[in-house]
Amino acid sequence: MTSRAAIVVSLRNVGKTFERGTVALEAFDLDVREGEFVSLLGPSGCGKSTALRIIAGLSVASAGSIEWAKGPGSVGFVFQEPTLMPWATIAANVQLPLKLARADKYKSRIAASAALARVGLTNFSQAYPRELSGGMKMRASIARALVTEPQMLLMDEPFAALDEITRFKLNNDLLAVWQDMQRTAIFVTHSVFESVYLSQRIVIMTPRPGRVFTEIAVPVPYPRDENFRTSAEYAALCRQVTHALADAIATGEAS
Amino acid sequence: MTARILRVMLPMVFLGIFVLCWELLVRIFAIPPFVLPGPGIVLMTLISDAGLLWNSLLVTLTLTCEGFLLAAFGGIVLAIAFNQWRLVEYSLYPYAVILQVTPIVAIAPLLLIYLPQPIAVLSCAWIVAFFPILANTTLGLNSVDHNLLALFELYKASRWQVLWNLKLPSALPQILAGLRIAGGLSLIGAVVAEIAAGSAGAGSGLAYRIAESGYRLNIPRMFAALLLLSLAGVTIFFSLAAISHFALRRWHESAVKREV
Repeated sequence: MTSRAAIVVSLRNVGKTFERGTVALEAFDLDVREGEFVSLLGPSGCGKSTALRIIAGLSVASAGSIEWAKGPGSVGFVFQEPTLMPWATIAANVQLPLKLARADKYKSRIAASAALARVGLTNFSQAYPRELSGGMKMRASIARALVTEPQMLLMDEPFAALDEITRFKLNNDLLAVWQDMQRTAIFVTHSVFESVYLSQRIVIMTPRPGRVFTEIAVPVPYPRDENFRTSAEYAALCRQVTHALADAIATGEAS
Repeated sequence: MTARILRVMLPMVFLGIFVLCWELLVRIFAIPPFVLPGPGIVLMTLISDAGLLWNSLLVTLTLTCEGFLLAAFGGIVLAIAFNQWRLVEYSLYPYAVILQVTPIVAIAPLLLIYLPQPIAVLSCAWIVAFFPILANTTLGLNSVDHNLLALFELYKASRWQVLWNLKLPSALPQILAGLRIAGGLSLIGAVVAEIAAGSAGAGSGLAYRIAESGYRLNIPRMFAALLLLSLAGVTIFFSLAAISHFALRRWHESAVKREV
């Protein structure tokens, strides 16, 4: 199904060298198809976050090109930290993207409560970020990314700082939101298990400079749940991805 | 709860002991009031000279508040200008520092030559109070979370949206800290200028009363005026602390009670 969907964005030969000379990405190619859930997996420093920021337009590639099939699409971005404004309520935080776009206030309020309902935070709209747990802050952050109904949801290791129980719960809720909204999702992670559980396709990257090492498909239908997480199929896929990742790291060290 | 009572009670008890020792000292050694007046005489002077001292207090407080408000306005506006236009910062920052490091006692007599006394006093209050506000606001505006800046960039926020919706609220704790420091300093600036004007001045502020009473050896009135100045300073400090607490109470760690 994924292979037949149209390509939304392609990165061709993209490179990124930082001012101090660090090469974060080199000859990086990626095609992202409409509606798919793709993970970028690699060790820290492999440029996966940089690739995500380039797609979001937060960073400019120093080489190569980014082609959008229908012009630059709207994106929602979830950072590693919740990145909420501590002085504003959860509702105001979620409304921010619409406020910056000078959208109608009444419509913004409705869109924000809908987004909060999606992530299960309806009762916390008037709370301040400091009053919420880490997992709830991340939910608010996801609601903010969804509030503009973007074509594409970009997530940069959003659950890395959470405990395992909260992370599993958020994994399930994220998948539910993704299936419900039918949007393209790119998920950056350094967790093999998380990438297998969530995605249809895993792009494994080599470190320094970041390149695509290989791609592994996860041909398991959704909805996925704890039965999948404990299945032999999941274990086999995790083993396959773990070996591929080890090879990618070895390649990076050898060069 | 007990800790709270102790925090109020202990300074009170200490004050009582201090006043008692002072009174006893004056009585036992029969110290004349023009050398060291006892607390009783100071209190009586405070009552008998109430009209005169009250008017002087109003003069000093008015100038202090005006100086403080102008400093708050100037400091914040200049910090925003520094933050928005690097060239303005490069051009003006050294002079802001020079103004700050040159002792106000040395500047006051010069200002008194060129400016009418109330304006000179106002300028002194402004000069000493404005720098902490400028420095704190600049620090606050430059300490914005980089990811939040990236988020605003992602949603194509204009420069003024970033300033108004992100930088200023994020700098609020530092701005308020600057204002708290500046409140006390503006009183000091006003007092320094009045003292420098001294007997030559036509003013009638509290510091002028202190200088004048000194020349006339009216020591009890000096003490009474000093007491009022201290009380004014304490009031300014606590008002600003209360404003700061009220503004930050919902979200900033400094104003939120720690859960135990």
